[in-house]
Amino acid sequence: MKQSVTVNKTQELKLAGAAKAALSKFKVKSPKFDLKTFLRKVIVPLASILLFIGLWHIGAKALFNIEADYKIQKALTDQGQAAANAMAACIASGDISCQPNTLPSPAQVWESFNTLIADHKVISADKLAFKEKTAALNEKRISEGKDPITYTGRPSFVDQIFTSLKTVFAGFLLAFFIAVPIGIIIGLSDTLRNAFNWLIQVFKPVSPVVWLLLVFMIVKTMTKDSNSDSAFIISFISVGLCAMWATLVNTAMGVSSVDKDYINVAKVLKLGPLQKVFKVILPSSLPLIFTGLRITLSVAWMVLIAIELLAQSPGLGSFVWEEFQNGANDSNSKIIVAMFIIGIIGFLLDRIMLTIQNMVSFNKNATA
Amino acid sequence: METETITIKDNHVNGISFPSDRIMLDLKDLKKVYPTPKGDYVVLEHLNLQILKEEFVTIIGHSGCGKTTMLSMIAGLNPISGGDIAVLGNPIQGPGPDRGVIFQAPSLMPWMTALQNVLLGVNRVFPHASKAQRKDIAKYYLHKVGLDGAFDKKANELSQGMQQRVGIARAFAIKPKVLLLDEPFGMLDSLTRGELQDILIEIWNKEKITAVMITHDVDEAIFLADRVVMMTSGPRAKIGDVLPIKFERPRTRKSVLEHEDYYKYRKHLIDFLEH
Ligand SMILES: Nc1ncnc2c1ncn2[C@@H]1O[C@H](COP(=O)(O)OP(=O)(O)O)[C@@H](O)[C@H]1O
Ligand SMILES: [Mg+2]
Repeated sequence: MKQSVTVNKTQELKLAGAAKAALSKFKVKSPKFDLKTFLRKVIVPLASILLFIGLWHIGAKALFNIEADYKIQKALTDQGQAAANAMAACIASGDISCQPNTLPSPAQVWESFNTLIADHKVISADKLAFKEKTAALNEKRISEGKDPITYTGRPSFVDQIFTSLKTVFAGFLLAFFIAVPIGIIIGLSDTLRNAFNWLIQVFKPVSPVVWLLLVFMIVKTMTKDSNSDSAFIISFISVGLCAMWATLVNTAMGVSSVDKDYINVAKVLKLGPLQKVFKVILPSSLPLIFTGLRITLSVAWMVLIAIELLAQSPGLGSFVWEEFQNGANDSNSKIIVAMFIIGIIGFLLDRIMLTIQNMVSFNKNATA
Repeated sequence: METETITIKDNHVNGISFPSDRIMLDLKDLKKVYPTPKGDYVVLEHLNLQILKEEFVTIIGHSGCGKTTMLSMIAGLNPISGGDIAVLGNPIQGPGPDRGVIFQAPSLMPWMTALQNVLLGVNRVFPHASKAQRKDIAKYYLHKVGLDGAFDKKANELSQGMQQRVGIARAFAIKPKVLLLDEPFGMLDSLTRGELQDILIEIWNKEKITAVMITHDVDEAIFLADRVVMMTSGPRAKIGDVLPIKFERPRTRKSVLEHEDYYKYRKHLIDFLEH
């Protein structure tokens, strides 16, 4: 217990450091030290983080106790007092064979995080060694026109993160290249907008799972005799299709609701259709297009986890699912680690999009 | 002065026409009907107005009488319900850069710089000029409206008054035959408004582009105009009266205010508006 407390402390300190770093970003306007702002922007968020970890710790402990009591009680009724005592001793000793399986404490999660990082280091070293070992051989194979030998070992947690990012990025690009052009076209024409409105309204609320199944039906057939990575293709297409609607709707709305004054200016100057679109309509709808893209990216990241999980394609989703099925003693804490990582990455992606959105937005006061 | 030959009477409403070679803009029996849920609303009917080359005409009338409607019809942005509008004898076909517009709101593209906003029009109207020449034209007019330091400022970083200066530069830079202004200074404070009136009249003195300007400010109407056109109240509004302003040009605000006829003109307009 004592050990876990110290671990807890360092974790809090680290979190505090991260929070401070994150918060210092917001403090651009007044470089002068101001106690009130400091209190509001640093101390209060920090306190809320500590409170969160504290409550989590207490809650986890309570759940742990319930689970432990139940285990001891079960040993007592099944095998008698001696077994119950042994179980109690075993639990107290921290032996992994008899630990209650419940919500992990903050300390356990931190430990799992470190384990995952260590695991990643081992696997990376392995990979590097493999690469060096096969470098000469692969060169020869390539010159002979054969496929090089690739590393097929277990991916580390960090590898899974990058796989997920790759998938979400591919899905996002797909959404971008479908939704923006179509949004522009239907935004320009009232007739087309009315014609396609029902389609958008019907498909927008369809669950990611259904999209996945639909894409699966099509891609499975289309990739029948190619050895491409169909799990990746299926998941990124599904992600793209799920996530593109916000961009489609926002782009169409932005394009169709350009300020009448700008349109009048374009009319008076008799701008050609292309110039009108590229010099007036698109720039003026960029803020809305980016609002759509931002929603698209966050939706893409959110559904990605579920889709990876179902499509059995590698990534954070399948990591979570495998850990859940695995049921090892630290599986639960690894799942929680994944949860935080997913959340933090989602937050960062959103921040990036927000930054870009503010950069392209000409109406800075509205979004600041 | 050509206006000296025109008396208030002989140019009244559907009166005598000017010689056709002096007419820039001719509104003949113009009519505008807006369909509304409660039936058609006739805003303008039997509206006749001739505006001469190199003339500055201001238009006053009660709010809602159809001034904007008339101006946007001349600009080609609003369809004509009856009668016709001709520029140099040719009926207009939709909007075009021969009729520059300065809107009430500056309507600059906020994502473009001041220079880019002016260039947008210049590039359209002088496609055969070199890039440098077009830039020079845009810069010349921005200089004329006193925006030397603000070429590369984004439009949305400029104050309302500065934005409207860009609007003026943009309108003059495309060298239109007719300049249409719809209460361009209505949203500005009186100090800025005076500055912009001076700038406008200074450029206009040089370029002598036929101008039609709506205003609700009687003093502004007198200061700028060769003739002040008064519109009757709607519905079925038409030209009620025309008042030639016989001050010499170039004018200064001081000389106009001190002129013995100033209060006579002012009274005439206010009497019209109060009836
Ligand atoms: N698009 C429209 N549809 C119906 N009625 C309109 C429309 N635009 C203007 N009107 C009406 O026409 C009248 C004249 O409007 P407007 O030309 O803007 O007047 P002004 O510029 O003189 O204040 C007003 O009563 C206004 O309500
Ligand atoms: Mg108006």
